[in-house]
Amino acid sequence: MQLVLEKRAERSTKIAILSPLIAIALTLVTMAILFAILGKNPIAALNVYFVEPLTDSYSLMEIAVKATPLVMIAIGLSLCYLANVWNIGAEGQFIMGAVCGSYLAVVTNGTGAGHWVLPAMLVMGALGGALWAMIPAICKVKFGANEILTSLMLVYVADLIMDYLVRGPWRDPKGMNFPTTATFDPVANVPVLIEGGRLHAGAVLALIVVMLATVMLGRTIKGFEIRVVGAAPKAARFGGFSSSRLVLFTFAVSGALAGLAGIIEVAGPVGVLQPGISPGYGFTAIIVAFLGRLNPVGILIAGLFLALTFIGGEGAQISMKIPLDLTKVFQGILLFYVLACDSLILYRIRLISKFRKAADGTA
Amino acid sequence: MGLLEAIFLSVIAASTPLLLAAAGELVVERSGVLNLGVEGMMIMGAACGFAGAYLTGSTFLGALFGIVAGCALSLVFAALTLGMAVNQVAAGLALTILGIGLSGLIGAGFVGEKIVPAPALYIPFLTDIPIVGRILFGQDGFVYFSVMLVAAIWWFLYRTRPGLILRAVGDSHTSAHALGYPVLKIRLYAVLFGGACAGLGGAFLPLAYTPFFIPGMTAGRGWIALALVVFSSWRPGRLVGGAYLFGAVTILQLHAQAFGLGIPSQMMTALPYLATVIVLVLISRARGTAGSAAPASLGMVFVPDR
Repeated sequence: MQLVLEKRAERSTKIAILSPLIAIALTLVTMAILFAILGKNPIAALNVYFVEPLTDSYSLMEIAVKATPLVMIAIGLSLCYLANVWNIGAEGQFIMGAVCGSYLAVVTNGTGAGHWVLPAMLVMGALGGALWAMIPAICKVKFGANEILTSLMLVYVADLIMDYLVRGPWRDPKGMNFPTTATFDPVANVPVLIEGGRLHAGAVLALIVVMLATVMLGRTIKGFEIRVVGAAPKAARFGGFSSSRLVLFTFAVSGALAGLAGIIEVAGPVGVLQPGISPGYGFTAIIVAFLGRLNPVGILIAGLFLALTFIGGEGAQISMKIPLDLTKVFQGILLFYVLACDSLILYRIRLISKFRKAADGTA
Repeated sequence: MGLLEAIFLSVIAASTPLLLAAAGELVVERSGVLNLGVEGMMIMGAACGFAGAYLTGSTFLGALFGIVAGCALSLVFAALTLGMAVNQVAAGLALTILGIGLSGLIGAGFVGEKIVPAPALYIPFLTDIPIVGRILFGQDGFVYFSVMLVAAIWWFLYRTRPGLILRAVGDSHTSAHALGYPVLKIRLYAVLFGGACAGLGGAFLPLAYTPFFIPGMTAGRGWIALALVVFSSWRPGRLVGGAYLFGAVTILQLHAQAFGLGIPSQMMTALPYLATVIVLVLISRARGTAGSAAPASLGMVFVPDR
């Protein structure tokens, strides 16, 4: 007896819809087993992880706050992945966006600058992220250097640049030697939506990005180009679409979105530039993009779900002493199941016996 | 011990984990599979290797734990990419994320603990020769093993029939399949071998490089190992040179920091990563005219038709 994959005659729409749900269900079962191994009550742990954050308004708002960067980054990444361009350095683009935008906040700090500061910061952030993303894109287009490795290497470099700035020239003189900039002025802060809460205008921006991406992918030539180049590179070349131009375009857009997410995070919930502004948003966004099936609305839902795991993970650490690293394990396992289930859209698994194989004459 | 000798010794130590992991990945890629999860397998090797050595008190058993951990992770990767025909890039990323999380979970209990580092070889007279003595005859087992491993891989790939078949599978899986070779089985073995090497390379870090475990201590070495395979043009001989070059860059920046040249330490720390980018660009540009040296089926999904 043997298990083999067999190509389906056509994509299975039923599985296409079900696959993320099956993947989540399988992940939850795996997590329950892991909790049991760690000596925790699985039901109680899953409850803390996935249900409790949904029961109070504070946690619900926190989920939206965490989902904001995830969704923005993942939308950009989905454009890359649809076009078969592998930008995995969004974490670095996020940091460089935060750094470039913060530059304005730092130099205008305490000067009584007007309300132009925040919009200018957002533009600088998006530009910073886009420019950082252009490095691997140009290396790919001009020299053929593998974009996976270059974009990833630049994450470490971006992290070190930020580290240098907040420990060196940008350090808050009144900050008791902590590696952080001075707290941003109110004109450099993203406004909150509800007085006293942490939910900020960036969440609205993320929703706008989702809408724009939906329109672009479904209704414009550019969106069509992205999908054609990704799905059928040869046909795209005959159609006159340039794959180099598309590499530059998708990298620029995803870099800009990651950079924008970075500066919004710094000017919003965090309020200063300091190391550790991201709990790995740029990497988690890769999972969000795949879980959302590279579809803008899917990404919105997936972003909220992964934000829930961040909040649930923090809750589980506090109330059940479950290590925070379990959230990463969860995310990795989830991505595995998502990919495996997605495979079932194109293939079916068949159990065949040696005997039949021999009868087929193809053994 | 002179400064020059110290520098050489530290370059060898910094190069060994890169060489071990890259040697494994070279075989994997030669079989046509791109496993981007090297970083994840290395950090798991580091965590499990340290745990093993701490619990058993034996460096050898620790290294074995690291190898098993790397193999176990690579098996998951193989199940997905070979068994389920999943995109190899995405699966590799998932493996890295999972490895980093799991290693944090396993290693959490061992942070702050210390072990006895791997013993170095000592041969009377030979090891005592000035300068070259310790470099040639005073290393730990990992270093000797890594060099022998690369030699063995070269011999296997270019001088044996299974090696020839493995390269054929990597260059054209359809032809190899048509000739009756079990493409997926060969790739499975290659992936497992790559996992073992990455696990061992990771285990080297807490067992010989620093005698303790820190979460995330691989610090991108898995990715640099992947870049080294590209750098080597998928040839074992050049891999040794590349690994030692990168080890030298790492050590150079450490020494430059110690001298305090007035350059920010962060910039020096960024040097190996920047060097990787620059080397990738130079290598890719040089190859632009000569055609790619990569195995032709690298990264492509293969589903045998029955």
